[in-house]
Amino acid sequence: MAKTHVTTTINGEPTEFLCAPYETMLDVLRDNLGMTGSKEGCGSGDCGACSITLDDRLVCSCLMLAVEAEGHEIRTIEGMSEGEKLHPLQQKFLEMAALQCGICTPGVLVAADALLKQNPNPSETEVRYWLAGNLCRCTGYDKIVRAVLETAADMRGAAE
Amino acid sequence: MGNDAGKILMTDIQYVAPSTLDDAIGAYAAASGAARILAGGTDLLVQMRAGMVKPGLIVDIKKVAELNAIEETADGGFRVGAAVSGAVLAEHPKFGKVWPGVLEGLNLIGSTQVQGRASAGGNLCNGSPAADGVPGLIAAEAIATIQGPNGRREIPVEQVPAGPGKTTLAPGEILVSFTLPPRPAHSSDAYLRMIPRTEMDIAVVGCGVSLTMDGDTCTAARVGLGAVAPTVLLVEDAAKALIGSKLDAAALDAAAAACSAVCRPIDDKRGTIVYRTKVAGVLLKRTTAIAAERAKGG
Repeated sequence: MAKTHVTTTINGEPTEFLCAPYETMLDVLRDNLGMTGSKEGCGSGDCGACSITLDDRLVCSCLMLAVEAEGHEIRTIEGMSEGEKLHPLQQKFLEMAALQCGICTPGVLVAADALLKQNPNPSETEVRYWLAGNLCRCTGYDKIVRAVLETAADMRGAAE
Repeated sequence: MGNDAGKILMTDIQYVAPSTLDDAIGAYAAASGAARILAGGTDLLVQMRAGMVKPGLIVDIKKVAELNAIEETADGGFRVGAAVSGAVLAEHPKFGKVWPGVLEGLNLIGSTQVQGRASAGGNLCNGSPAADGVPGLIAAEAIATIQGPNGRREIPVEQVPAGPGKTTLAPGEILVSFTLPPRPAHSSDAYLRMIPRTEMDIAVVGCGVSLTMDGDTCTAARVGLGAVAPTVLLVEDAAKALIGSKLDAAALDAAAAACSAVCRPIDDKRGTIVYRTKVAGVLLKRTTAIAAERAKGG
């Protein structure tokens, strides 16, 4: 079957790829583009391990067709650090051990980053509701929530 | 299991993203039943992956301006494009102030990620009896604008669902928008659903109530009830019990009984028939209390 040529932007880089009309954005990121940071947990939009942003809006890449990326701007976990310099959320997750196996972590970080861009001072309740679509079977969520809240506080402090 | 196990496997499928409604209807109608509409995709992609649907053509409607617009109508109502996502609707400066119940129903659909994509139109056309967005729209007296090869028509939202996974839309017809009427003073609405947890679940019962108050007296009411019958229901007897009352215990008991009376639910792991029927009445009372509080304040 003929493949579709898609022109898009991924993590600020103009990117082109070929894909079949039924392939998801997650399939293309992982299998065609070698960006395996986004994980496939459920493939049905329940677990959030494949979280990316589409024009700065948080979405599940397993619930998006790759052809829909045409002309839009995608950001993934691979674009979170600046080279070797980790994003404050990444640094804090390491310091506070807010992960164990790590499969959910890229999706949690992308989702948390989207939250802090929209709301730099979230309450614990807001963090928990925002991340309700990111399942973690290791941590019990408490370390994740605390790491997000501490990062938010640090980033507010740095901005003053 | 091969590397592709579980992925969406389609051998012959096409994707189009027309920029006009006429082109979308043309492509959709020409495929005569083999096509599926793609708005947010949060149901369609899951169904494709599960092998429940195997479309030959996917018609992405998100590039059609009318389906993506939120407009205030000349008479003071709202028109919301069928493909507008819950997240975008939540960011509108005015919609959620006028229709907090409609918005809270739509914003209960799935996670933050799902909210970024899932639309009111998709929630209605997916045809789930437990659709969280639909009871509020029915209570709001929302009108669905539908367009197909034979032109445009408008029907009340409660006439769109035809049973689990089914709608009354004719072949080739696309849901275009929802029109919500202007609000009299001291009107508001609310939506509550019963689930055994606080997030990320499917309604055991969902109840939308829209009210207009004159002091302590209810002068207009509409009630939408979800997950208790093959389609989301408009419960006119419940509204009649509320209208003209001061929302006193007797009126609320009568309205709750009317809700329980229309229930024809399934027995499943989420709730038994007896439980869903009782909870329908309980939710009516709780939702009415919230809507009344908001209406008196506004």
